[in-house]
Amino acid sequence: MELRKNYFADERKDDLNEIGHSRPRSDAPGHVTGKTVYFADRTFPDLLHLKMVRSPHHHAKIRSIDTSEAEKHPGVIRVLTAKDVPHNVYTILILIQVGPEDETVLADKKVSWKGEAVVAVVATSERAAQEAAAKVKVDYEVLPAVFDVLEALKPDAPEVNEHHPGNYYHYDSGDHRKVRFGDVQAGFAAADHILEETYSSSPIEQAPTETTGCIVAPEGNDRFTCYTNTQAMFFTLDNASIILQMPGHKLHMVGGTVGGGFGGKVDVIVEPIAILAAKLTGRPVSFIYSREEEMQISSPRAAETITIKDGVTKDGRLIARQVTGYTDAGAYSRHSPYGAQKGAAHYPGPYTVPNVWIDTYCVYTNRTPSSAMRGFGVTIADFALEVQMDKLARLIGMDPLEFRFINAYRDGDMKAHRQPTEGAALIECMQEAARVSGWPVAQKYLDMSSRTREA
Amino acid sequence: MAMKHGRGVAAINYPTGMNLGGDPSQALVHSTPTGNFMVSLSSVDLGQGLKQVMAQICAETIGVPTECVTIDTADTDTGPHCMGTFASRGTHRVGNAVLQAAQEARQVMLEVAAEELEVNASDLETDGEGNIHVKGAPQKSISIFDTALAAHFKQGRSISGRGMFLVQRSYPDTETGAMKPATCYAHACVVADVEVDDETGEVTVQSVKNVYEVGRALNPKMVEQQLVGGSWMGISHALYETTEPYYPNRDHGGTDFNQYLMPGPGDLAETETYVLERPSSDGPYGAKGPGEMCANPQIPAVANAIFDAVGVRIDTMPITPERILRALRAKAAAGEGRTE
Repeated sequence: MELRKNYFADERKDDLNEIGHSRPRSDAPGHVTGKTVYFADRTFPDLLHLKMVRSPHHHAKIRSIDTSEAEKHPGVIRVLTAKDVPHNVYTILILIQVGPEDETVLADKKVSWKGEAVVAVVATSERAAQEAAAKVKVDYEVLPAVFDVLEALKPDAPEVNEHHPGNYYHYDSGDHRKVRFGDVQAGFAAADHILEETYSSSPIEQAPTETTGCIVAPEGNDRFTCYTNTQAMFFTLDNASIILQMPGHKLHMVGGTVGGGFGGKVDVIVEPIAILAAKLTGRPVSFIYSREEEMQISSPRAAETITIKDGVTKDGRLIARQVTGYTDAGAYSRHSPYGAQKGAAHYPGPYTVPNVWIDTYCVYTNRTPSSAMRGFGVTIADFALEVQMDKLARLIGMDPLEFRFINAYRDGDMKAHRQPTEGAALIECMQEAARVSGWPVAQKYLDMSSRTREA
Repeated sequence: MAMKHGRGVAAINYPTGMNLGGDPSQALVHSTPTGNFMVSLSSVDLGQGLKQVMAQICAETIGVPTECVTIDTADTDTGPHCMGTFASRGTHRVGNAVLQAAQEARQVMLEVAAEELEVNASDLETDGEGNIHVKGAPQKSISIFDTALAAHFKQGRSISGRGMFLVQRSYPDTETGAMKPATCYAHACVVADVEVDDETGEVTVQSVKNVYEVGRALNPKMVEQQLVGGSWMGISHALYETTEPYYPNRDHGGTDFNQYLMPGPGDLAETETYVLERPSSDGPYGAKGPGEMCANPQIPAVANAIFDAVGVRIDTMPITPERILRALRAKAAAGEGRTE
């Protein structure tokens, strides 16, 4: 890596004692010698292991659940079903009034995705828990399922989740989040070329080295310590408190160094049920995803489908942009409604477009619930936007990098979601990229600045 | 059949933090009797090095070497509230909280030292090596160790500080979408060079030239590890990763790292990384959030380079050999159609 100190030198102090200096990480020796303690390195006497019975169907009614054989299995201490969970229907952000609560900790009436948790088995070994889980009998009535966002929005589509009629997330703005800026129809009318293209992605896995999990130990004073690799300690504490109807002071979350997250450990899935199991058994309980569960059960990045319609002048000005974005939330919200909303603000990209019309939809399907992942709400948008920019440049016969210089935002430009641009540096990044790659651009672009706009 | 070379560019910006319910983080700083400083947080270190960069922010602000600062984090009994480690918010949000707490602790430290030296606190400065002295008179000084001892055993004071950073919740306007979903923005521009085998559809990323603007690189080596790892992840997204190869068909999802494709050591592109620093007005020492931004621009840059190489557009991620071959065949078929 090379620092390019010549850019913005007058805006910085480069003579600080600690900031701006490469110091070795204090935890690096522990990492490279294998001595760093992760949550699962802790051992407890009488530790119990929790395994989940999961739905084999994408969408089904639960007619009955029979746990009698599992309960008799050697080593099984307790079998948990929905009736054991004090507040079984939850959503992660309800503490800050983002609802509705739409997901069950343990399903009782219906499952809406393949892999949904139905029954938790707690036993003296992982193997006993696994074997007992296989003995739980769930009688399902399979329902029609929908896997595609556009199919899910059709009037006769199966209802994925009763809390989201029409399979949309309902914002205060209706079934989608809007951004309206300028007059997009006038922009298209004035354009020399219009290009409308659709982009899509499939879900991907965060793939942290350390799988999601926790170990809960009763403290003996009616408090529970939960050693967890969550990315958000108080999301976990608050949600466990709500789900278990336990006052917050009964809960103690201990985290620390985590073996990667990339957004996959922002949801609160393993901790509440493990705390409940520890409470009901009076013993420490471990609930750790296998690699297969991490790959198949944990929330992936949402699939997205994005249609971009742009109006551009023959001299390279992007003058109108209309975007329709669909985020596949899977069966439940988790954080997806926020991801779709974040995308709405992002779609003009780092460009100044005078006329913008954006609609983003968060849609429910019978797929694994998606949630946060590195670049949440933005990564797929950037793919779509920057491929679109390339196509636009070629459509008007302009160099792709020069086309971006013409449209790049500068300080003071108003963005479509009505925030003035501050601290812009796109032009300088492109100038440096042109230099280091030997990508030829006209001198006038190398003379530009993010701080000023030429008259 | 041939190996075709192509080059593509992409430029992006990336928002720092979230504001869904407000975006708070808090920090507490206190000194031990030996003049070392403890920072209490509930923020999580995901392996990216949050603890180290928080120690540097605290050390710079108080005026001590980084090794005199210990970070105690991710315990809800001892650490004040933090929204969490996500949304490229750690360095910016938590860093601001640590900065504020450290400023308050520094002020108390200087007051204690002023009493010992019988001068005004405003006349004192730190040397960054563990000493406090009168401005312009370095011989009139006291070590931070002795200052802490005096605070604890003589003056009965706590050298401590509280830090809070809260970005207020933004409620989007329902009709216009006016909102403040984030604060400062980081930036990047990437040029990717690829080679595409037009017989197999396989893509080799030969090189990526990454230019990132991150506000301030508070610890350049740690910034580098983020940026290089992110660049690899971007290439992985572009060409390899999917939980469901035949999306939206649910079958054949990976269950382990043998089945879930990512580039291995032999697939690594030659990676060059250049960093620009335009300090943000609201970040600790000007930092912005580089964590998520750095994995995005490679994806469209690679897609654009593939088009440059073989003249087909793959608008669905990931860009697999199968999709490239299908597109090449469709293009060839369309070309034949026109000549007939």
